[in-house]
Amino acid sequence: MKLGFLVDLHLCMGCKGCEIACKVENEVPLSTWRLRVKYVDVGTYPDTKRTFTPLRCNHCENAPCERICPVSALHYIENGIVNIDKERCIGCAGCVMACPYGAIYIDPETQTADKCTYCAHRIASSMMPACVVACPVEANIFGDIEDPTSNISKYIMQHNGNVQVRKPEKGTNPHHYYVGGGNVTLNPLASFRAEGYSLFNKLTHLPVGGHH
Amino acid sequence: MVHESLAATHAIVTLDVALPGVVWGWIITMNMWAKSIGTGVIFMLFYLLKKYPTEAASYRFPVTVVSVVFIHIFLLFTVIDLHQMFRFWHIFFHPHFTSAITVGAWMATLFVGLLFLLLYASFIKKDNALFDKVLLWTTVLAIPVTLYTAALMAQATARELWQMPTESAQMILAATLSGSATILIMDTFMNKLSDAAKRDMGIILAFSALSAFVLYMAELVFGPMKAEEVAAVLQYVTNGGEYQTMFWIGQVTAFIVPFVLVTLSIVNKNQNILKLAAVFAVCGLWVVKHVWLVIPQLLSMS
Ligand code: SF4
Ligand code: SF4
Repeated sequence: MKLGFLVDLHLCMGCKGCEIACKVENEVPLSTWRLRVKYVDVGTYPDTKRTFTPLRCNHCENAPCERICPVSALHYIENGIVNIDKERCIGCAGCVMACPYGAIYIDPETQTADKCTYCAHRIASSMMPACVVACPVEANIFGDIEDPTSNISKYIMQHNGNVQVRKPEKGTNPHHYYVGGGNVTLNPLASFRAEGYSLFNKLTHLPVGGHH
Repeated sequence: MVHESLAATHAIVTLDVALPGVVWGWIITMNMWAKSIGTGVIFMLFYLLKKYPTEAASYRFPVTVVSVVFIHIFLLFTVIDLHQMFRFWHIFFHPHFTSAITVGAWMATLFVGLLFLLLYASFIKKDNALFDKVLLWTTVLAIPVTLYTAALMAQATARELWQMPTESAQMILAATLSGSATILIMDTFMNKLSDAAKRDMGIILAFSALSAFVLYMAELVFGPMKAEEVAAVLQYVTNGGEYQTMFWIGQVTAFIVPFVLVTLSIVNKNQNILKLAAVFAVCGLWVVKHVWLVIPQLLSMS
């Protein structure tokens, strides 16, 4: 069994339900994110549209983060998930340097690396990841990519030729796919990122421990 | 930092998380800089003892002390950069050998062991034959200890700028540059080396400076032709980018000035200029390493 994710960007409406569900489920601290929805505005007024792209760890088959981790805090579990053992992590940030997708952050509370685990703890109890449950339009499709009868496999087959991954040139072989993605949504170098323009550019970081 | 954007698309990121900032900052620069000196002086000592055994004899102990000091600065900064520094022992008890960090930590530990053996041979036992035997193995081990940071940078898949084998060459050149420079600075106080030996150190210094400079320039000019991420990152040091001034201060101080000064010293047979070249090289190297470390971290990965 190899678990994978697929997001149909035609369906995603940028409500950020998945983002919030993830925050709540995994108690992700302020100013850090396991999953976020990136907005890219395209076109010139009045011909504009807003694109929405949920971004999370891709659980790469050839994961640079797992390779670089000196203590195997990042490790594969049998179902293909790249999991993290926070008790073992020494906080060297090698994984932050290695992940081509910026999926890993240093948790300001535990001072260890953290990232999306595809809700490995929920899967162990036969539950779907929190973001899948929260999505009102079922844009997140999750399942076994080695089973041709699974929903995700069927979806990939149906959309043959229109299934993308982020940065395929990195050779990471992501287990996270997009339908309806394109250069603007998946390639960070294809859109302007004006400093001060993005809502989250001026984040206030709370001191560790929550003192005021 | 936009490479594939089309004016017609007019695509602008309007909502995404902020960059985490520079995660590997000046502490890692200190780490690389101190390691270059710590291994570089061992390379130089090995060379001097082979070529000038009599006059270099009294350098056995002081060079080992300098190496021990800088390797410990390197280790100290490695550990304090960890967000969980008291778990450092995990590297030895839960090692993951695909990681250059693990391999490097184990080799650096062995290297420190050999350095202490050198101290024992030179200071307590005063046995030059034993010292020279151990020095051979220390010099051999100094090569991978120097190189492992390049392997680590190569494993940082997200940072396209740090390429193998260029980084390996840069690490070795940084060691020979800072090693020869440190020996020249030490000789200001010890005054034991002949003009010929100092000239050799000067030539190694100048050759390392020139080679490293050529490599950086080659990356600056040709890197962007190969990969869009490299092109985007190098904009931080070109076209008025945030780190342009610092980049050139580093290149001039570490490479151009020392190269010119060493040439002048050889032409004018003036050994004093060599000392100045050495000080410039050691200081400039820190700046060069820092800029190259930081710039790829300024690019958003999403
Ligand atoms: S997306 Fe990043 S964090 Fe996730 S498995 Fe791949 S390299 Fe690791
Ligand atoms: S920060 Fe933690 S998880 Fe990341 S590479 Fe270092 S030890 Fe491994």
